Amino acid sequence: MPAGGRVSVLPYGALRRAMAIDPAVEVGVEQLVGRARANDEPVAGVAPSRLALRRLRRNKIALTFGMLFVVVVAVCLAAPYWSHDVAHTDAFKNHITDQVDVGGKLKDVVSTDGVPIGPTWHGRFFLGADESGRDIAVRLLYGGRTSLMIGTGAATLTILLAVALGTLSGYFGGWTDTIISRTLDIFWSFPVLLLGIALGTALALGGLQLGPVEIGGDSLLIPLLIIALVYTPYMARPLRGQVLALREKEFVEAARAQGLGPFRIMFSEILPNLSSTIIVFFPLMIANAILLEAALSFLGAGVRAPRPSWGTMISDGVAKIVSGPHQAIVPGAMLVLAVLALNVFGDGVRDAFDPRSKLRVER
Amino acid sequence: MARFIVRRAISMAAVLFVISVVTFAIFNVIPNGDPAYRLAGRNQTPAQLDAIRRTWGFDKPVTVQYARTMQKIFTGDLISYSNQVNVVGEIRQGFPRTLSLAVGAGIMWMFFAIALGLYTAVKAGRFADRFLTVLALIGISMPVFWVGALMNYYLGFKAGIFPNGGYVPLTQNPLQWAYHLIMPWTALSLLFIGFYSRVLRSNVLDTMSDDYVRTARAKGISERRILLRHVLRNSIIPIVTLFGLDFGSVVGGSAILTEVVFDLQGVGQYAAESIGQLDIPPVLAITMFGAFFVVMSNTVVDVVYAALDPRIRLS
Repeated sequence: MPAGGRVSVLPYGALRRAMAIDPAVEVGVEQLVGRARANDEPVAGVAPSRLALRRLRRNKIALTFGMLFVVVVAVCLAAPYWSHDVAHTDAFKNHITDQVDVGGKLKDVVSTDGVPIGPTWHGRFFLGADESGRDIAVRLLYGGRTSLMIGTGAATLTILLAVALGTLSGYFGGWTDTIISRTLDIFWSFPVLLLGIALGTALALGGLQLGPVEIGGDSLLIPLLIIALVYTPYMARPLRGQVLALREKEFVEAARAQGLGPFRIMFSEILPNLSSTIIVFFPLMIANAILLEAALSFLGAGVRAPRPSWGTMISDGVAKIVSGPHQAIVPGAMLVLAVLALNVFGDGVRDAFDPRSKLRVER
Repeated sequence: MARFIVRRAISMAAVLFVISVVTFAIFNVIPNGDPAYRLAGRNQTPAQLDAIRRTWGFDKPVTVQYARTMQKIFTGDLISYSNQVNVVGEIRQGFPRTLSLAVGAGIMWMFFAIALGLYTAVKAGRFADRFLTVLALIGISMPVFWVGALMNYYLGFKAGIFPNGGYVPLTQNPLQWAYHLIMPWTALSLLFIGFYSRVLRSNVLDTMSDDYVRTARAKGISERRILLRHVLRNSIIPIVTLFGLDFGSVVGGSAILTEVVFDLQGVGQYAAESIGQLDIPPVLAITMFGAFFVVMSNTVVDVVYAALDPRIRLS
């Protein structure tokens, strides 16, 4: 540290990272404590991931919210049962001219002046109907399947792409690195939403042909692929940085000296060291992907009507908010619940696994 | 410094060039994307289509089309395909609205983020910290168009406290300007307040354990002064970086959702509408415009950085 002068006007991390306590040191301390307790009995070392899990288990708030997300997923998976056994309708059937029995009284599903019924808190139209007389609760559950499928699918694909690109460019360097990094930079400098809408509109018109596989314009895979693509640079860049540092470590050098090939090294030496970053990214990435799906659907470049997703439902509800605000509130609240659960849980995971990482995704 | 500027200018030009090529390419490979159909309107005949292709130059090779479009962006007479208005004129009309949104929201989110970040750091671990942290996470988790729509409905339509839509230029009536923009500002700020305050909180907590803070305490400086003069000053740098980038992208029209839900008719909304109609000229112009601001703010951030921290060199 420079003597005298003001210290530590630091750019994001740089020096601070070098000075901060290394997680390895922390591991050592906990191991020592364990050993002291065991009174000279030989103890097995504890893996960093075990310690991280232990830290996560102590974080009750994060765990509660993690459970909440699991509940949301389970409820959405149960959509067919709710639809068939409780609501007695599906996500598309409209009941504009029907009446529903609410606690003994018969009420119009959609009144003559076009106002849909609010939450009945009974089996049929539990959360009310929309302007077309469709059961919002049923659509919410089926929509949740769509949104969660796109969210988790896109997050998984983002991670696969980012790990592949980040590892290749970080490990090989040179031309490989230049080409991959510049390509990522270009995608990076596009505003996420603009790129998303452009791709969404373009692909919805023509569909997509990937070799022998043909994806129709209304397929859910289209928003999934788009979201995965636009988020890839946000994850590939930090991973590349990590690989750059790992490449110079002794154990990689040792592997090289043993005559292991580059792909073998990447897979069995580098990849395990990226695992904590990947674990930290995953829940936060799902949350962002769900939000982006909603935004794209709102702008007409995501999931296609009449298929429900939380995004299309919010978008419909916002357009028809005057006839009944519950049409917008219900799907929005459900989405916020799921995303919040993921964010709080993801926060806890980050604190446990990699407290110094800073994930930032543009929206 | 001069070398830095020259190098940045070159790389900026390169980035803008590549972005324009990519955007143009995306729209050119679309099947059914032929703009001649949209220009001809309904009941078109093959002869009409041919005539339109000839007058607009769609029969020329793609490279020539690209060069022409780019040339028109810079001379300012680029015409949109869907309604044949001057694109540069439209952007010029939308820009004050987008800028108003960015400036007001920027001040709002910086102010509240710093206040919240400092407060939660000071109260770290206590109830107030936990509670506000959850609030911040809720702010991050809400889609802005949903919040915006609910504000519009409850505060504007139902209660009539704030006006629904409409924009009054600042030069015409500053009070009405702010009054009409306060809901969009709030909606846009929520996400940023949530995110920035969390970053600031963890930075402040990091900095508080630094040696010079202990020294300052030992010298008997009041906690308040330590926090504002010593800690905040050093932990605010990452926030300044983020602010530069986000502010630049909002000015460049990336607050599309906010603009659309409040019908601000800014640059971002224009972009979204044009993309929906596959109208290449405005999309190309706005993408370039937006990327320009993003790259510019990147550069400004680097310069500010170097000014804040003498150890950083511009290279």
